[in-house]
Amino acid sequence: MPERVFITGIGIVCAIGNNVGEVLNSLMAERSGIGAITLFPTLHQGTLPMAEVKMSNQELASDLGFSTPKAYTRTALLGMKAAREAIRSSGITDMKAFRTGLIGATTVGGMDRSENFYASFLTDPSKGKLADVVNHDCASGTEQIAAYLNIPDFITTISTACSSSVNAIMFGSDLIRTGQLDRVIVGGHDAVTRFTLNGFNTLMILDRSGCHPFDENRAGLTLGEGAAYLVLESEETVAAARKKVLAEVTGYGNANDAYHQTASSPDGKGAFLAMTKALSMSGLAPSEISYINVHGTGTQNNDLSEGLAIERIFGENVPPFSSTKAFTGHTLGAAGAIEAIISVLSLLHEVIFPNLNFSIPMKELKIRPVSRLMTRIKLQHVLSNSFGFGGNNSSVILSRLENTDIQ
Amino acid sequence: MADPLVYINGSGIVSPQPAFQTENFPFEPVSYETNRLKVIDPGYKEFIPAEMIRRMGRIIKMGVASAKLCLRDAGFQLEDGSYRSPEAIVTGTGLGCLEDTEKFLSSMITNKEEFLTPTSFIQSTHNTVAGQIALLLKCHGYNFTFVHRAFSFESALLDAMTRIKTGTCTEVLTGGSDEITNHSFTIMQRMGFWKRKTIQSLELYQDHQRGTIAGEGSSFFLLTNEKNDLSRAVLSGVTTFLHPESSSEVVHRGHRFLNNLTCQPNNIQLIITGVNGNPQDDSVYHEFLDKGFSGTPMAGFKHLCGEYPTASAFALWIATGILSTQVVPPWLMVRGTQPEKIDNILIYNHFKNQEHAFILIRKV
Repeated sequence: MPERVFITGIGIVCAIGNNVGEVLNSLMAERSGIGAITLFPTLHQGTLPMAEVKMSNQELASDLGFSTPKAYTRTALLGMKAAREAIRSSGITDMKAFRTGLIGATTVGGMDRSENFYASFLTDPSKGKLADVVNHDCASGTEQIAAYLNIPDFITTISTACSSSVNAIMFGSDLIRTGQLDRVIVGGHDAVTRFTLNGFNTLMILDRSGCHPFDENRAGLTLGEGAAYLVLESEETVAAARKKVLAEVTGYGNANDAYHQTASSPDGKGAFLAMTKALSMSGLAPSEISYINVHGTGTQNNDLSEGLAIERIFGENVPPFSSTKAFTGHTLGAAGAIEAIISVLSLLHEVIFPNLNFSIPMKELKIRPVSRLMTRIKLQHVLSNSFGFGGNNSSVILSRLENTDIQ
Repeated sequence: MADPLVYINGSGIVSPQPAFQTENFPFEPVSYETNRLKVIDPGYKEFIPAEMIRRMGRIIKMGVASAKLCLRDAGFQLEDGSYRSPEAIVTGTGLGCLEDTEKFLSSMITNKEEFLTPTSFIQSTHNTVAGQIALLLKCHGYNFTFVHRAFSFESALLDAMTRIKTGTCTEVLTGGSDEITNHSFTIMQRMGFWKRKTIQSLELYQDHQRGTIAGEGSSFFLLTNEKNDLSRAVLSGVTTFLHPESSSEVVHRGHRFLNNLTCQPNNIQLIITGVNGNPQDDSVYHEFLDKGFSGTPMAGFKHLCGEYPTASAFALWIATGILSTQVVPPWLMVRGTQPEKIDNILIYNHFKNQEHAFILIRKV
């Protein structure tokens, strides 16, 4: 398959910013988005922190040009905002000029509204507003993005837990490489909900003081929310429009840990396989990777098994790595795309964003994350990991290229 | 270099009908007097360790059992009873693990966020079926789950075919699963999805009330680039599109789809459509035939499995059975007469005139 895949547009909304510029500023200023829970009433208010997007549903709706948010879930509003920014930044004006598709990703879809529906429905099955449950399914948000942005040719949604949106990048890239689409908008969106908050709380993997990825005293993850979309284009459409390219998708791989429904295997077999597949597809040697944006949730289990898998692949020469989840929280279905965009920002601005909240290295590992902002560091190839429940492990490699490469 | 052909070398089904593998086709269909069809238990104990069965939601049990039935049908069962793992697992589900989602959501609301246990939350994740199959088969390969309403299974098929055509995998286990629960049935009843008066399911197409009948099921297929004695059919292509403006657009897309696969409308001996007894939905299929395939006979399948997001996976099973046996049972026919020699079958399904999909399947 000779077709190359280029990133020509990015859009993001998360706890550290409502667009790419704001996110970059927060990353450069080492400003975390983790704070108190304000979006909904919950028993865990005051005890568990969260990384909320700093916009209400009404503010998101107004920003998108709707008078009220009523017809949309928060998940969909976030998705529409990020996808619109991605398309604008890619300079696409005519959606129908090329075969253009949309691949969304989410873990809980419209659960933020279903929770309200169920509270009434459980007291009486004839109660509960149907408008609160009609957009429950995972596809709803993707369809609303497609309708809002007039994306015409192909649509689907992926849900593989916390690796969902990296898998959207992979599948979209495959559709371009096989000539099935010319352009595809890929990414993910997830709002925080009481469902996920309580779910992760029952697993006892939420850090009460905010996540500390790759730290010896890490005590779990911090939930976040957001959306991120990337515009992927074929070599042909990029050349036709003489477009500026942000980065190239040069490798990716998905593998299954097949160890446990939620826990990672002690040796990180799935993580090892995913990174190995991505490297093999890109044709790069491990030594050519300049930075790894790790999954690094801050749970005991993930960071150990991911760390061991990294040491196994890179040996004594592990490249600089950091988890950016102490900035954004763990945004579940959006995480892979958010971190892919952060990786693109690293390539473009020649910086490595720090792994916040790190102080003590893990005793089982020889490696430690980058804990201070590193600037003026020329990066060529960045590896980004996303791992999820169901043993779902994905890695993607994004590469920098000079504009002269494509003509 | 021509793309490799994609063969269907086996199938496994858990559905409201008493048939579980390709070799069970044709079967004696069961009619139910209800507007909510439930799957027949295939004997889960044979496929899932006893200690796991108790905790698993129904969709997970259906998914795992149908996946293993499929592997057995495709010759993947080894002498010691274990299964050889495929290289990749790609699944689709419209609504995912509803039972576990509802269980966790309900106890969270009822108990005001206290005294919760993780099992139902863990299993509520949409990729639980694909994850559990991988876990039981020790399949470390590619593992994807698509969740796009009536495109969920079609997206999985497209992905599986892309794996094979690009040579990244030679054998992919792919399927579609959905379950219905008391709550989801009630909610969709309030939305007007189901017929008000109870009917005999096999008489679905003779009933003209608004709405259809609810269903569920799980259907898996072993897709491979390798033709062998077990190859039942060739999967030629799949395409999906949203919100067509008119029936002419659907016909145009249907003809173009066939044309791209070097097949002409008059080479199609049978069209299997998603007719579901709801006059508004069914008229879309009849107009499609009237305008684009006027002489072609039409079969239905939702009188056997009910309506659900991944029902088209059940249709693919029916089509596989027909092509491999060259038998079209009379109880499948909705329009026209049973064809005798069948080389090509077009499957056309839509949901509420929103998501539309075509699948072309051919004789080996």
